[in-house]
Amino acid sequence: MSQTTPPDSRSFPLRRQCPLAPPPEYDRLRAQEPVSEVRLPTGGTAWLVTRYEDVRTVLSSPAFSADGTRPGFPTLLPGHEQILRRPPFIRMDPPQHSFYRRMLTQEFTLKRVRTMRPGIQTTVDRLLDDLLARTPPVDLVEAFALPAPSLVICQLLGVPYDDHESFQSRSKAVLSGASTAEQSATALGGLRAYMDGLITRKQREPGDDLLSKLVSEQLEPAGELRRDELLMMCVMLLSAGHETTANMISLGAVALLEHPDQLAALRSDRGLLPGAVEELLRHLSIADLVTTRIAAEDTELGGTAIRAGEGVIALLAAANWDPGVFPEPERLDVHRGNRHHVGFGYGVHQCLGQNLARLELEIALSTLFARIPTLRVTVPVDELPYKHGGLLFGLHELPVSW
Amino acid sequence: MRITADTTVCIGAGMCALTAPEVFDQADDGLVTVLLPDPAEELHEAAAEAVRLCPSGALGVR
Ligand code: HEM
Ligand code: SF4
Repeated sequence: MSQTTPPDSRSFPLRRQCPLAPPPEYDRLRAQEPVSEVRLPTGGTAWLVTRYEDVRTVLSSPAFSADGTRPGFPTLLPGHEQILRRPPFIRMDPPQHSFYRRMLTQEFTLKRVRTMRPGIQTTVDRLLDDLLARTPPVDLVEAFALPAPSLVICQLLGVPYDDHESFQSRSKAVLSGASTAEQSATALGGLRAYMDGLITRKQREPGDDLLSKLVSEQLEPAGELRRDELLMMCVMLLSAGHETTANMISLGAVALLEHPDQLAALRSDRGLLPGAVEELLRHLSIADLVTTRIAAEDTELGGTAIRAGEGVIALLAAANWDPGVFPEPERLDVHRGNRHHVGFGYGVHQCLGQNLARLELEIALSTLFARIPTLRVTVPVDELPYKHGGLLFGLHELPVSW
Repeated sequence: MRITADTTVCIGAGMCALTAPEVFDQADDGLVTVLLPDPAEELHEAAAEAVRLCPSGALGVR
C-alpha cells in the first residue's frame, strides 16, 4: 500500500485555478499518487481516483457501491447525509437501481429525445428574441442558460414554469458549496413539499406529461411506487434536468469565446457540432465531484488497497484530462470527436438524461452564436463569479454584450 | 462478427444507438435491440466502438 501523505495534509475539494481547467493538483496526483487519501469538508476521509481507467473501474465494478445508505458513504457538502438517508436511485445499487431507472428509460431514448428537437429550438429562439430586445449588458445565465433547460424539463415533467424561481433557487442551494447544512435541508424540504403538492395536483387533473404518467401508472395502489419514492425521483429529475445543462451552456459559451479558432471552425462546419459538444463535456467536466462511491468489499485499485466501507471519489475531470487517453488534454479541439469521455459518468449510473442534454447543448450553443455573432463577455473571464466548492461547476452570472 | 446484447444488464443509456445506429436501436422500453447481429464489414468499426462505449457492459462481440 502506498500511503505517502497523511490524510489531513490535504483537504478537499481542490480549487480550480483556471476556471476552464480542472484543479492543477489533479495532474500531480494522476502522475504520482493516482489513488490518494483526502480529508472531506464534512469530516472523514475518502480516496481520490484520478486515472481514466481507475475511474471507469470504480464506476463499473461491483466492488464499489453507489448505495448512499451504507454507513460512511462520502458526502462533500454539509446536509447531504440527509439526502442519503432515503436517496433517489442515483444512490442505489442494482437490482433496486434498475427497478427505478427502468421506469424512466423509455422517456429518454434517443428516438424520444429527437422528437423534442423542434420544441427545444422554439424555446431557445424565443429566449434569444427576448434577450436581443434588451439593452446590453445582459446576464446570459439568467436570460438564457438557466431558463432554456428549465423550460424543457418543466414541459417534459409537467412542472409549471411559473414556479421556476422557487425550484431553481432551491436546487441551487442544495448543490452549492456556500450553503450551510440548515440552508441545504430547508431547500430540500422546500423542493419535496413543492413536488408533493404537484403530485396531488396531477392526481386530480392529470395532463399529458411524465409526472402525470408516473402518478397514474407507477404510484400505489395502481403501481409499485410509494409516494415518497415517486417524490424523490421527481425532485431528482427536476434538479438534475436543469442545473447541469445550465452550467454547461454558460461555461460552454465562455470556453468557445476563449477559443475563437474553435468557434470559427464550428461556424464554418455545422457537422462539427456533435463532436464539439462531446469535447466541451470532456473539457469542462462540470460534474467532476458528483461520482462518489463506497467500497463494498476489500479491494485494490491502481496498486492501492482499499478497505470495505471506505469512501471513493472518482474524479471525472481528472479522468477526462488523462493525457494517456486524451493527448494534450488542455487543448480544446472540436475535431477530437471522441465519445469515450466520462463527462456523463460510466457504469449503470451513466447519465439518464445524456441524450437530452446533448441535444439541448447542440441547439442552445449553435443558435446562440448564430443569432448573436458579436457576442462577448463584458468582464475578464478570470473575474467571473464561478461556482467554486459546489457539487457542479459553473457560473453564477455571465454578463454579455453584443 | 457476432453481436450480443443482454437486456437484463442494459440501462438504456442509448450510447449504442448513438454510435452505431445501423446496428443498434432502443426498443420502446428504452432497452437495447440489436438490428444487425452480424453486421457487414463496413459497420464493424462502429459496432466495436459501440460495444466499447456501452457503460453497463450489456454488449458483447464474438
Ligand atoms: C450536461 C448536462 C449533464 C451532465 C454533465 C450530467 C452528468 C451526470 C453524471 C456524471 C451522472 C452520474 C452520477 C453518478 O454516477 O453518480 C448523471 C446521472 C444522472 N443524470 Fe445527468 N447530467 C446532465 C444532464 C442531465 C439531464 C438533462 C437530466 C434529465 C433528467 C439528467 C438526469 C440524470 C439522472 C436521473 C441521473 C441518475 C442516473 C442513475 O443513477 O442511473 N442529467 N448525470
Ligand atoms: S449502450 Fe449499453 S446500456 Fe446503453 S442502451 Fe446500449 S446496450 Fe443498453
